[in-house]
Amino acid sequence: MKLTCLSKGDGFQYPPCHILNLCGFRILIDCPLDLLAITIFSPVPCDVEASEYSSLDAQNPVQKKQKLEREMTPADLVCAEPWYKTVKALHLWEVSLIDVVLISNPMGVLGLPFLTQNPGFCAKIYMTEATAKIGQLMMEDLVSMHMEFRGFYGPEDSSFPGWMKNLDREEVPALLKKVVFGESGDDLGSWMRLYSLDDIKSCMKKVQAVNYAEEVCYNGTLVMKALSSGLDIGACNWLINGPHGSLSYVSDSIFVSHHAKSFDFHGLKGNDVMIYSDFSCLQSTELTENGCNSPDTATNSEKKDENLAASLLDTEESLEELEKLAFVCSCAAESADAGGSTLITITQIGIVLQLLELMSNSLESSSLKVPIFVISSVAEELLAYTNTIPEWLCKQRQEKLISGEPSFGHLKFIKDKKIHLFPAIHSPNLITSWQEPCIVFAPHSSLRLGPSVQLLQRWRGDPKSLLVLEDGLSSGLGLLPFRPIAMKILQCSFLSGIRLQKLPTLLSVLQPKRVLVPDVVNQRINLTEIKTNSILKYSENKTLRVPRITANPDVEIMAELASKLSWRKLRQRENFGIARLKGELLMKDGKYRLVSGLEQEESSGKARPLRHWGSVAPETLVDALLKMGITGSVEHSTGEDGSEDNRIIHVTNPSSGLIETSEMGTTIITDDENIASQIFQAIDGILDGI
Amino acid sequence: MAIDCLILGAGQEIGKSCVVVTINGKKIMFDCGMHMGCDDHNRYPDFSLLSKTGDFDKELSCIIITHFHMDHVGALPYFTEVCGYNGPIYMSYPTKALSPLMLEDYRRVMVDRRGEEELFTTTHIANCMKKVIALDLKQTIQVDQDLQIRGYYAGHVIGAVMVYAKVGDAAIVYTGDYNMTTDRHLGAAKIERLQLDLLISESTYATTIRGSKYPREREFLQAVHKCVAGGGKALIPSFALGRAQELCMLLDDYWERMNIKVPIYFSSGLTIQANMYYKMLISWTSQNVKEKHATHNPFDFKNVKDFDRSLIHAPGPCVLFATPGMLCAGFSLEVFKHWAPSPLNLVALPGYSVAGTVGHKLMSGKPTTVDLYNGTKVDVRCKIHQVAFSPHTDAKGIMDLTKFLSPKNVVLVHGEKPSMMSLKDKITSELNIPCFVPANGETVSFTSTTFIKATASDTFLKSCSSPNFKFSNSTQLHVTDQRTADGVLVVEKNKKSKIVHQDEVSEVLNEKNHEVSLAYCCPVKGKGESEDVDLIKELSEKITETVSGTQIHESGNCLQVGSFKGTLCLKDKCVHRSEISSSEGVFLCCNWSVADLELGWKIINVIKQNL
Repeated sequence: MKLTCLSKGDGFQYPPCHILNLCGFRILIDCPLDLLAITIFSPVPCDVEASEYSSLDAQNPVQKKQKLEREMTPADLVCAEPWYKTVKALHLWEVSLIDVVLISNPMGVLGLPFLTQNPGFCAKIYMTEATAKIGQLMMEDLVSMHMEFRGFYGPEDSSFPGWMKNLDREEVPALLKKVVFGESGDDLGSWMRLYSLDDIKSCMKKVQAVNYAEEVCYNGTLVMKALSSGLDIGACNWLINGPHGSLSYVSDSIFVSHHAKSFDFHGLKGNDVMIYSDFSCLQSTELTENGCNSPDTATNSEKKDENLAASLLDTEESLEELEKLAFVCSCAAESADAGGSTLITITQIGIVLQLLELMSNSLESSSLKVPIFVISSVAEELLAYTNTIPEWLCKQRQEKLISGEPSFGHLKFIKDKKIHLFPAIHSPNLITSWQEPCIVFAPHSSLRLGPSVQLLQRWRGDPKSLLVLEDGLSSGLGLLPFRPIAMKILQCSFLSGIRLQKLPTLLSVLQPKRVLVPDVVNQRINLTEIKTNSILKYSENKTLRVPRITANPDVEIMAELASKLSWRKLRQRENFGIARLKGELLMKDGKYRLVSGLEQEESSGKARPLRHWGSVAPETLVDALLKMGITGSVEHSTGEDGSEDNRIIHVTNPSSGLIETSEMGTTIITDDENIASQIFQAIDGILDGI
Repeated sequence: MAIDCLILGAGQEIGKSCVVVTINGKKIMFDCGMHMGCDDHNRYPDFSLLSKTGDFDKELSCIIITHFHMDHVGALPYFTEVCGYNGPIYMSYPTKALSPLMLEDYRRVMVDRRGEEELFTTTHIANCMKKVIALDLKQTIQVDQDLQIRGYYAGHVIGAVMVYAKVGDAAIVYTGDYNMTTDRHLGAAKIERLQLDLLISESTYATTIRGSKYPREREFLQAVHKCVAGGGKALIPSFALGRAQELCMLLDDYWERMNIKVPIYFSSGLTIQANMYYKMLISWTSQNVKEKHATHNPFDFKNVKDFDRSLIHAPGPCVLFATPGMLCAGFSLEVFKHWAPSPLNLVALPGYSVAGTVGHKLMSGKPTTVDLYNGTKVDVRCKIHQVAFSPHTDAKGIMDLTKFLSPKNVVLVHGEKPSMMSLKDKITSELNIPCFVPANGETVSFTSTTFIKATASDTFLKSCSSPNFKFSNSTQLHVTDQRTADGVLVVEKNKKSKIVHQDEVSEVLNEKNHEVSLAYCCPVKGKGESEDVDLIKELSEKITETVSGTQIHESGNCLQVGSFKGTLCLKDKCVHRSEISSSEGVFLCCNWSVADLELGWKIINVIKQNL
């Protein structure tokens, strides 16, 4: 098998992307979009106040980094209909040669229509049903938000993007160039114009949605299974079983989640190869102080195993997450108290759902009368959907559904008109129910698309208002067009993967025979102390070849076929039995199977052995021949080099013939067919054969 | 390796479904139901047949419940809380959600109606449900090292599954109750082609064959419409989940279309609550409902209201869905008592009624009076309408499923003996599959599939996938590619068997190959008559004529057919020449291996004739 990491991604929004070569099949894992990259574009201006830019923003992190550069202004941003940045290295692969696409979470779907729109695309796409549904909604939302740009800039007629023309000029800020051209300067080809609704539809038609832990078989050879990763609703890790062993793909995972079904350990245990593809640790600055304390794996008793698993499932981490959520809520309440509004632009659905629930609850218990708005073209459908998928939710929420309550609390608040859903900011009813201060959940987290842009432009000057952002956005170009900002800004970084210090424990629980770890992750943690696993390192845009673990694949022989075998005993080897096997080799559910073939009857007639081993002593042969009524005499001839290895038997009666025998073989020389077969029988009686 | 199928319930009857199957030593209990028509100890499956000591945990690997009907789940709290089974129990998410409602409802009815002592308490139900592990459709669950289970959509009621179980190489399917046609709110049963040793199928309608459902739906709607138009009250006794939703969707739709304002009532909070569940379990409903639900939830009925006891005697027409079905007890029976004497009224009975219930008495014949359980008699002057759509498959559906799955054996349960027997004959004669109809307490045994496992060498696998083209040229050129796996199985004591290519055998055995071949230097022609190359050509033409289907390679003074190799012999005296033939003339020195023994002689004969 071979693994090529095409992109290590960047956080929750931009998951990693790999190509895996397994059993001769090419498997693409995830097809994301780098949505942060669209921050190079200028948002659709809503008012004329774009000129109010003040250049004295000492907090600008951009300035700190590039002291030599002149400071970037909103005018530097590209004023054009945005294009979208896909995984660069993916374009170097011939699309028609991809056999399977596996998607591990809804963010991994976003770039898929770019791939499926290619006429050569013929791969089978697998994703969980929840991922398919949520992914589709997110893509549709993206397209609908993008429409605003189309409306503003008008249809673009040439296929060449005009905005790219001027970007290589000297005066263009380096930061912008870096995003557009990439670090190595060749990213230009990865920019694509956004797909249409039709593209999404035809893409989703090609998807085979799988249920939780459903086994699907590709081409009879690969059996794939999606197990929850805990990251978000519908997000999964993949387990692939083939004739050459088992492989698990571990994506960004969360062990204990308060919304999605928690990380599924059991299916991932004891695999031959594990691909660890959780790059989330690169997002955080936390370092593991003393490398790793490799858990003692000397005694691998059941109990020990459970203890280890339990240590992964400790609630400390998840409590921390709950605290973060509560903090966001309290901040929102605080600003509402002061008469300011809150804008929340978080993408992670699970987080949004939990925040909605928490906020409505806390608002209800307090005296504040602050409405909550969710403005998104897909909000209604998405919120309704999340209450119909118990199999993808955490235990507590499953229990809720089973006892007849909705799994997420928002339904009641929507009914009570505490939460208002609107498809767009210009929805007709929005203005009648609009009331400030309020709390608004609105996409998009890049702050370039969707209702968040208008709302930010509205509130940015209000020091009482609050903006809740995903981490990593403010340091880049994200807030540039909105500066100066008087608004309070709360950056949240929610847990979106496995904490690095838990990796050693995870490995000792799962006990994979081989682990593939990204080199960037490996640099941060010392894994050498883990003895039980062999660790291989992979890096972005390099192909790692992984040698096979199991020597030979298993074959299942149908009992029917096995009962027909004619066994041959071997001389001097009582422990052995050998038999000729003729049948049809099939591949089913990732296993070889040998069944009775068409030629079975035909072959049973030819029971004559075709391969022999051992050696023929001429004297024994002469004796054997004599018993059959054939007389012959042995003549020792000396070989050309003087060694005596060629012996000849002259056959005289009933007809003449010659038998030449050596260590290598025996030749029967005669023109008499009958004698020849009799001699052969005699030889066959002396040698072992099959 | 064997499969034993022990019938604890629903053998040659309907009620208390419970089948225990032992596959290669693993015991699995499918369903754990109670009999609705029995009051005595017969209402529960005879668990003592399973274990004399009562240590069920040791006996059973797991219990799987197919759906929430009482005759499939009714005995579960008794078995876990009273008999003390503590092992894993599996059921689908909807079944896990709805079973406790059904059990609690039934418990209340039993205690209220007959003043019977409680068979299980509310706490029992709650504790029992805690042991349940929920499963999703098609989710493959590894119960233990060997046992694998999976549920497929059965369509019978929301959350109903057919269960696939596999231990080692042996696999079975237990269908539970299923429906092969889509109805308004549920889809049809859906399963994939599987290799099965045994199929255990329900056979409620083993001889019935149903036509289209539309005339039956129309009939029902017209009957209800006629009743309410005449000022009568229509009573539809049904269980809270399943037919109630189906008929309600039908009526609600009809009411909209015909603009009827007569109220439709649901008797108990249970049904309202059930509708709430349906809304959340939308992924288990039919495709049609699933697609619509984003815009309008079809379980939000526009015309349906909650029923109040005081409304029984209220004037004016109405439609009432009352629990339980079959008029076996409770509220529906109470309403029946009041409404049955009026000829204006209607009782529409959906689905199957178990023998012994009032529903069953109404359906069989046209009684004018009916005995209620406590001895009171009721005059029946109202109209009786049997709603002939049932969520069970008909005989054709059972045959279709059996044919599709093509199992090695079939066992029929959950049916009435005479019709089961005729279906058994049909399966045996038409599909040629052995079929069994065991009674309660009987065990049927089967041998199961086993595979012999071996590791295969790469050379063998490669040789299997190398093409084996055959050309036949009768009228048109036919090319066939029948790849046969040709290998050698090597078995060594206490070691895993190996499959190797024939060339590898000696290597595996640590022996040296010894090639046995034949040779003969054959006279071809007299002295110096023609060029050598022409001679080879001439010979190969001759060989093609006589020996069909061979490919001859010629090169210089050689020709080769398979392992047969002939070279024009230049030696004056060749050891391969027989003594009689003189050294005069042209000789072809031939050599071939034993694999081509016959072929070699054929060619020699051709050459000899040519001489």
